[in-house]
Amino acid sequence: MTKFGIAQSVRRVEDPRLLKGHGTYTDDITLPGMLYGVVLRSPHAAANILAIDTSAAAATPGVLAVLTGADLDIGPLPCIVSLTNRDGSKQYTPPYPALAGDAVHHVGAPVAFVVAETVQAARDAAEAIIVDYDILPSVTDLATALDPDVPQVWDAAPGNICFDWQTGQQEQTDALFAQAAHVTRLTVVNNRIVVASMEARAALAEYDAATQRWTLRTNTQGGWLLKDLLGKAVFGTGPESFRIITPDVGGGFGMKLFLYPEQVLTCFAARRLGRPVKWTSDRSEAFLADTHGRDNITLGELALDADGKFLALRSRNVANMGSALSNFAPFIPTMAGSGVLASVYGFQAIYANVIGVFTNTVPVDAYRGAGRPEANYLVERLIDRAARELNIDRAELRRRNMVGPEAMPHTTPTGKVYDSGEFRLVFDAALKTAGWAGFEGRRAEAAARGRRRGIGLAYYLEATGGGPTERAEIRFAEDGFVDVYVGTQSTGQGHETAYVQLTVDRLGVPGERVRIRQGDTDTIPEGGGTGGARSLYSEGQAILATAATVIENGRRAASEALEAAPVDIVFEAGRFAIAGTDRGIGILELAATQRARAAAGEAAATLDAAEVAEIKSHTFPNGCHIAEVEVDPETGQVALLRYSVTDDVGKAVNPMIVRGQVHGGVAQGFGQAVLERTVFDPVSGQLLSGSFMDYALPRADDLPDIEVELIEVPCATNPLGVKGAGEAGAVGSPPALINAILDALAPLGVAHIDMPATPERVWTAVRAAA
Amino acid sequence: MYDFAYTKPASLADAVRALGGADAKALAGGQTLIPVLKQRLNRPSLVVDLGGLGLAGIAVSTEAVTIGAATTHAAVAASARVQQAFPALACLAAGIGDRQVRNRGTLGGSLANNDPAADYPAVALATDATIRTSRRTIAADGFFQGMFTTALEPDEIITAVSFLIPQRAAYMKFRNPASRHAMVGVFVARGPQGVRVAVTGAGQDGVFRHTAFEQALEKSWSPAALDGVATPTAGLNGDIHASAAYRAHLIGVMAKRAVALAG
Repeated sequence: MTKFGIAQSVRRVEDPRLLKGHGTYTDDITLPGMLYGVVLRSPHAAANILAIDTSAAAATPGVLAVLTGADLDIGPLPCIVSLTNRDGSKQYTPPYPALAGDAVHHVGAPVAFVVAETVQAARDAAEAIIVDYDILPSVTDLATALDPDVPQVWDAAPGNICFDWQTGQQEQTDALFAQAAHVTRLTVVNNRIVVASMEARAALAEYDAATQRWTLRTNTQGGWLLKDLLGKAVFGTGPESFRIITPDVGGGFGMKLFLYPEQVLTCFAARRLGRPVKWTSDRSEAFLADTHGRDNITLGELALDADGKFLALRSRNVANMGSALSNFAPFIPTMAGSGVLASVYGFQAIYANVIGVFTNTVPVDAYRGAGRPEANYLVERLIDRAARELNIDRAELRRRNMVGPEAMPHTTPTGKVYDSGEFRLVFDAALKTAGWAGFEGRRAEAAARGRRRGIGLAYYLEATGGGPTERAEIRFAEDGFVDVYVGTQSTGQGHETAYVQLTVDRLGVPGERVRIRQGDTDTIPEGGGTGGARSLYSEGQAILATAATVIENGRRAASEALEAAPVDIVFEAGRFAIAGTDRGIGILELAATQRARAAAGEAAATLDAAEVAEIKSHTFPNGCHIAEVEVDPETGQVALLRYSVTDDVGKAVNPMIVRGQVHGGVAQGFGQAVLERTVFDPVSGQLLSGSFMDYALPRADDLPDIEVELIEVPCATNPLGVKGAGEAGAVGSPPALINAILDALAPLGVAHIDMPATPERVWTAVRAAA
Repeated sequence: MYDFAYTKPASLADAVRALGGADAKALAGGQTLIPVLKQRLNRPSLVVDLGGLGLAGIAVSTEAVTIGAATTHAAVAASARVQQAFPALACLAAGIGDRQVRNRGTLGGSLANNDPAADYPAVALATDATIRTSRRTIAADGFFQGMFTTALEPDEIITAVSFLIPQRAAYMKFRNPASRHAMVGVFVARGPQGVRVAVTGAGQDGVFRHTAFEQALEKSWSPAALDGVATPTAGLNGDIHASAAYRAHLIGVMAKRAVALAG
């Protein structure tokens, strides 16, 4: 094994740079002549704008521009998903301009953009803008948004309905429910999440009038989407007129995938003013300007036969879109979420109806798992409920219904084809790892201390995926380094390390000589970015294909250099050699020679190569989360004491990074399940949980050590055998945690609780059950 | 942040004089003022930094612990003499905010700000602490006058606080899950002034004494003495984290646990 070999927990090569403060984030960049932009945001959830007086703002010293919606002669931000409703009509896509026109539809909606020599001057000017609002009633709560007589967000969307979509086999499902021995029904809430990445969003745009091109530096999860959207839908100048550079990024979780108004505004202002313009969100602003996640209310129904076998699943999911449609918003609860409702279980039929709903809130879009945690939460809550109703052991009920490995490849009722999976094997290992069998002793010990201890489990399966292709390019640079250009975008996950491992594995070069290059749409012509836990298996395939071409190029060059036939050249451990002899040449030396010859005008081909891999299939990571909690019944406080995950993420290229990803996902799942509550004032529509004083993020001391056990069932649809691991932790954890809390509270008569299980909610549930 | 002038006087008299100006604000540890300034929620003309007045320090006698106004929470928490003489006070200080806050925030700043979720007002009220200022001494009973309101004049500076050492005392706090400030904090003390119970985090007017609990505990210093003693919800805060009824319930739970802890 080499230092950077595959399947080793190689320490992250990016960490010394990032942890010691040597990273370069968007806001770290200052360009000559740079100006600063500040967004004036709507203080109202719904209002008509009668007039905007910018005269005092424009007269503020240091101010160069005060832009309003009337100044923008460009297109709105596009939604790239268009769903077909049950009745054959299309979803309603409302206008989503970078600056409000004659109305605002959520608190925080951009109304004006001030550009000045300093941030302070821009803020002063923004405060001097006088907006005459005609305040209208608003609706922010998903639970009431479909009621009759509530305020309507868009006239063109009666009933606040954006779309009414369905999938699956309705008739067959209804028939199975009609003949079912038992039906379990449950309504669950997937609470709205403020994403709160550690690094806030930022955008720094410059415009070159000579070439009529923009360079936009911004923290994204892949600049190619932005280049496309800005060039086509917004500015109409063509994608080639944009160069998007993504510097280091401090967390995205889906939220940094999308095009945002501020990226448009900095580009617009940079062109108009002929100087670079930077905007950086502050934390308070991020609560109102970044897309939120989740926000579903779902009725689920599970039909079982007399033996406790699952027959069918039916769901009606009401999903909050916010006031406008962010790039992917309608996709999340529909194709992404409903697609995995079967999870690891053998249903005969599934039917899902999803209603997209407008409210006067910040747009909602993907958040770690994006639809799949919501679906998984519903299924795993339903199964626990069914087990209680039928008095069947909850582990046994799951095991009884799992699809066996002999059924692979398995096609689900929603059309997903699972390539691999050893669900019962993973499940049994998980129960063992968690000490499931010995739990009752721990419950009794806690009871003696006045605490209610509970254990909960959830099996999860998710479908990871994203763009249909991914590209890699390997170039042997003049300084002796091997540069690997990738189309994905790390936001801190450790891509650099994993890609170095793959490169070392294939090319046999020292890991220290490999550089991963990402995030520049001029040097990397295409890329699918990072989202949907796609990076390693998509980019990995591209790196493998490119490395193979590099080796082929090398074989030809080596045959020339070594004066042997190409078929006699073998490549091993970074060296081309004539088979059966000790005559050979190292790949780096060969690459340098070829480059020098080519540079000197000789007809010599370099070893450099680029390949685009077709990504033909999702991967289906799955596993079992087991949580053990203690509830203080007097206060309602929940403490998480033990947590273990047994995961099949296929082959682990770097087990340490996988574990880190799962840890982070579990922490975010704990946040959703226990802490994070996004609350709007029902009358004013103000975000009441608008800072970390009122919005509870998980902290280190909320969490125990999280054990992550990896059982590698290789993915059959990619040569690395890997499955996506980035989202998995956030998919499995919410139901495991809530099931544990309900297990703890069951002796007190509590049968249901919604996320987040805040102390007051738990206390109220205990009191109501008493 | 808006522009403001800044001064760091070296004497109490100079500081008092500076604070006499229009829209002047005192800066102690800055754990409230600086965030407020950064969010443009306040616009002082002058910020008077009290850090140069030499007001930090801890003195312990057999009857009292006296702490200089500029002493940080971390210093109080780490003081072996405070830990020995008045462990509940050291413990309270160790639980304020987070490590960063404790290393910047000061006793004087906390009392002068009188945040309804602050911890120090609870111990001050429960021990009837004596608050010494640039011009007088004020008993804690008369000091706290409502949310963010105290008996201090605009140009009056706390210099030190004396806590009479109780025989038994403890502080229990139930933290707000987001801010980790006290959603309910109860300080119980049995000392020279009898039994006193102070509640922070819960009252609309800030810290208050729980006289029903005090009377019950005077009769019997035990958690069971509080069984059935109601906490009225009138005057309690209700917000997105906790209703007034839940806070009333938590006051009882925290008080019992504090009595149990105090022994």
